[in-house]
Amino acid sequence: MRLWLILLGLVLAQPLLADSNLPPAYWANRQLPDAKQEAKAEALMEELRCLVCQGQSIADSDAELAGDMRDLVRRRIAAGEKPAAVLAWLVQRYGSWISYKPTDEPATWPLWLAPLAFLGIGALLIRRRICTRARG
Amino acid sequence: MSRAVRFAPLVLLVLLLAGLVWRLATPADTTVTSKLEGKAVPAFTLPTALPSKPALASADLATGKPRIVNLFASWCVPCITEVHVLQDLKSRGVSIDGIAVRDTPDDLADFLARNGDPYERIGSDTQSRVQIALGSSGVPESFIIDARGIIRYQHIGAIAASDVPMILSKLEQAR
Repeated sequence: MRLWLILLGLVLAQPLLADSNLPPAYWANRQLPDAKQEAKAEALMEELRCLVCQGQSIADSDAELAGDMRDLVRRRIAAGEKPAAVLAWLVQRYGSWISYKPTDEPATWPLWLAPLAFLGIGALLIRRRICTRARG
Repeated sequence: MSRAVRFAPLVLLVLLLAGLVWRLATPADTTVTSKLEGKAVPAFTLPTALPSKPALASADLATGKPRIVNLFASWCVPCITEVHVLQDLKSRGVSIDGIAVRDTPDDLADFLARNGDPYERIGSDTQSRVQIALGSSGVPESFIIDARGIIRYQHIGAIAASDVPMILSKLEQAR
């Protein structure tokens, strides 16, 4: 009996959500009627990092703030703003961190140069191997 | 192959493992800071959150006197303890305005009746728009605005009783 009560309690228990009682913003989970604008908004939303679940884009995140950001992105794109301008507005507030796209800031130079360095090391290794074989 | 080259992969592996263990032991800081510190409050106007309270606009913040803008919500648990600290700050003559994030008038009235009301004005931000415009990423957060309407300091999370001297000195600097 006790076990059944505990199990029943587990089934009925609701997760404690740190969420508001308000419904999602209008454009949070609704596509723009203009397919071209929606495509632009979608591309930007996939590039933007969610402020709550920082490993997810706002397109993927279920956080309320991500919904509000999707609403903001769609609203601005529908009003004719360029995706780059919306991104710049957000970067001004949260830094380049808000975008998943690596920038060309000096901090990211190693990231861009690493493939070249590895190619160089690989070429060196191959050359040495060929040379030793030729000698042997 | 020389001995040094033969051991290079092992050395790399050890370095990689050391790096991973170090990151696990000291996790990266995940707080999101606003980049607007030192800049003017972005222009906004919010409707009133309660019939009995004046609404909040960015123009209300450049008053010739430093003030605190507190982003809070009735559904936010740490906000309950923070309100008592804000009451204390208010009793020391600090002007505090509120931005209620994603809140309803009923819930808000209930929250203030229960926990006290330190706010001069409260704006209702039902779609987190002003929150995003300020570069804030959650509740509670507070911004210290100087006499000319410039953001001087962002406090992430609840202001604890032990933060009061620090907040007062930040307000003094923002004069």
